[in-house]
Amino acid sequence: MYVYDSFDRQFVTARVAQFRDQVARRLCGELTEEQFRPLRLMNGVYLQLHSYMLRVAIPYGTLSSRQLRTLARIARTHDKGYGHFTTRQNIQFNWPSLEKIPDILAELAEVEMHAIQTSGNCIRSITADHFAGAAADEVVDPRPYAEILRQWSSVHPEFSYLPRKFKIAVTGAHDDRAAIRVHDIGLELVKRGDGAVGFVVFVGGGLGRSPFLAWKLRDFLPEQDLLAYVEAILRVYNLYGRRDNKYKARIKILMHEAGCATVRDEVEAEFERIRDGALELPAADVARIARHFALPPLTDRPAVSDREEAAKAADPIFARFVATNVTPHKLPGHASLTISLKPIGGVPGDATADEMDLVADLADRFGHGEIRVSHRQNLILPHVARDDLPAIHAALLAAGLATANAGLVGDTITCPGLDFCALANARSIPVAQDISQRFADPARAAAIGPLDIKISGCINACGHHHVGAIGILGVDRKGEEFYQITLGGSADDDARLGDSAGPGFWPNQVADAVETVVDTYLARRASPAETFLATYRRIGLAPFKEALADVVR
Amino acid sequence: MQIVTANRLTDGRVVFRTAEGRWSEHLAVAAVLDPTAAAEAVVAAAGDVAARRIVEPYAVEVIVGAAGPVPKTMRERIRAGGPTSGTEAAAARLARAA
Repeated sequence: MYVYDSFDRQFVTARVAQFRDQVARRLCGELTEEQFRPLRLMNGVYLQLHSYMLRVAIPYGTLSSRQLRTLARIARTHDKGYGHFTTRQNIQFNWPSLEKIPDILAELAEVEMHAIQTSGNCIRSITADHFAGAAADEVVDPRPYAEILRQWSSVHPEFSYLPRKFKIAVTGAHDDRAAIRVHDIGLELVKRGDGAVGFVVFVGGGLGRSPFLAWKLRDFLPEQDLLAYVEAILRVYNLYGRRDNKYKARIKILMHEAGCATVRDEVEAEFERIRDGALELPAADVARIARHFALPPLTDRPAVSDREEAAKAADPIFARFVATNVTPHKLPGHASLTISLKPIGGVPGDATADEMDLVADLADRFGHGEIRVSHRQNLILPHVARDDLPAIHAALLAAGLATANAGLVGDTITCPGLDFCALANARSIPVAQDISQRFADPARAAAIGPLDIKISGCINACGHHHVGAIGILGVDRKGEEFYQITLGGSADDDARLGDSAGPGFWPNQVADAVETVVDTYLARRASPAETFLATYRRIGLAPFKEALADVVR
Repeated sequence: MQIVTANRLTDGRVVFRTAEGRWSEHLAVAAVLDPTAAAEAVVAAAGDVAARRIVEPYAVEVIVGAAGPVPKTMRERIRAGGPTSGTEAAAARLARAA
C-alpha cells in the first residue's frame, strides 16, 4: 500500500487544522452559511436530509486493516455505529455533528486518510479495479498510476474550480471492473507487443441526466505521457466546458456538442505543447510508487487446495460461496474473496462498526492486512490462500457476512436514495430490500446467474441505473415515488446504456416487475449458460416490454 | 396549512419552529400556520440563522390530523420521521423493542 511521505503527512495535517479553524469560525458566526458551504464541501461535508454527512475518500478502493479499524471506531464513537460504502469506493458517515468533524478528520489523518476532493467541482478521488494487483487476468496493476494521478490532482491549482466535478477511473485488465467507459476519463492499461506499457484513453463517459458512453481518444498513450495527456484533457475541458448551465457542464456534453474529433485535436495540440516537460513521468518515479504496491509475501502453493476441495464436497453452503464470491488470483493457490454487503433484506453497502472490525481482523489473519472496497459496494480480501477459504467462510458465516451472492440478483448497486439524500426523488433502499427478499432463495439466484440490478433514487444516477442489466430509476410523480425500468445496460468492456422498458411502476410493483423480467429471461434463454445480457441482446426489448405490460395491468 | 423547518447548525438535525418561536426536533409541536403566517415565520427565522441556531429554514405543506401535522410530500415525511429503511431504522426498531 502507498505510505504517506512527510509532504503528504504535513499537507493533510495542515488541511485538518485549516478546516478546524473554518468550523470554529462558522460556529462563532464569523462565517455565514453561504461563505462556509463551499469550504465544507471541499472537505467532504454535505448537509443531507437528516444531518451532516461526511464522505471519506478511499483512493482506488484500497484500505489497510488499520484504516478499516479507524473507520469502525469513527462509526462507533462519532456516528451511529455504521458506515455506508458507496458506488465511488468511498465511505459515508450519515450522522456526524459539525462540531466533531474536525476531530474525525484528525483521526483519519493519523491513518493517512482524508475527505479532500470528495465533493465540489474538482478532480474527485480516483477509482480503480477492486481486484487490482491480484486479478489473474490483470495486465498491469493500475494502483501506482491511480496514486500518481491522486498526487497530481490533489489541490491542483488550475483544476480546483472546473465547470463541474471530474471523475477518473483506471483498470489494468481488459475485463473492465472499474466502469471506465462511464467516467470523465477512463484509462485501460495495456502492454504493446514490444512490452511497452501505456493506456487506452476514454473520455466523456458519464451517467446522470444525459448518459453517454465514453469516446476513445487514444489507442495507446505511453506511460510516461500520462500526466501531460490528462492535464491536456483537463485544460481543454476547463477552457471550453460550459459554465452557463450546470446540467450541461460535464465533459461529456463538450464531447457531444463539439464532437470527439474537435476535442481530440485540441487535446493533442495542447499535449504536443507540454509533452516532454515537467509532467513527463520518469520511469524511476513510476517504479518508486509501484514498489508501494508490491504483492505481499505470498508463499508458493499448489493450484488446487485439498482443504478447499474437501470442504466444498462436505458443505454445499461453502461450495456455493466459493462459486460466487471467490475470484481467481494471479498466483496459484490464492484467491480474492468478496464479502458481500448485501445480506438478504439488508441495506446495500452498509457495514456496522463490528463488521468492519471483523473484516479487519480477517484481513490481518488471512489476507496480509489488505482490504478493497468495490464500486459494487462490497468489501474484498484481495490476497488469501485457497487453503484458508473454509476458515474465512466460517468466520463470515458466524457474523452474518457470508451471503453468497456476488454478481447475482441480490448484489444490487443502490444509492442512499430519499431515505438520506437531499437530491433524491424516491427511495432506493426499500426497493433493493424488496428485490433481495423476493430472490432470497440462493439456489434460485444461482440458477438465474449473473445479473446486475442498479438502483438510483434520482436522475443523478449515483446507483448507475443506466448501466444495469436491470436499471431502476426512482422519480417523483405528483409527489409520489414512481420507478422507471431500463434493460440491457452494462458497464464492462462491452458497455451499453439500458433501453427504457415502458412507463414505470409504483413502489409495490417494482419487485413484481423485476421478477417478470427474470422469468421472461428464464423462459427465453437458449441454455442455462446464456446470461441475462446475452439473452437480452439476442432477443431484444420487445418480449420483456410485453411481459411487463401485464404487471402494470 | 404549513409548518417551518430547518436544520440545526451544530449537528444538522431536523428541527421545527414552535408557536413560541423556538426550535424542536418533534414535528408534533410545530406551529401550524396559514401560508402568510408561515412566510412571516420564515422571515423571522432569519434571526435564528444569524444567531447561529439553524440553517436553511423553509415552509412545508402539511395536513393536520389527530396526531398533529403530517407533511404532504414523502421527502418531508422522511425528514420528519427519519430514514424508513436503513441500518439506522433497523437499529431504532431494535431499540424500541428492547
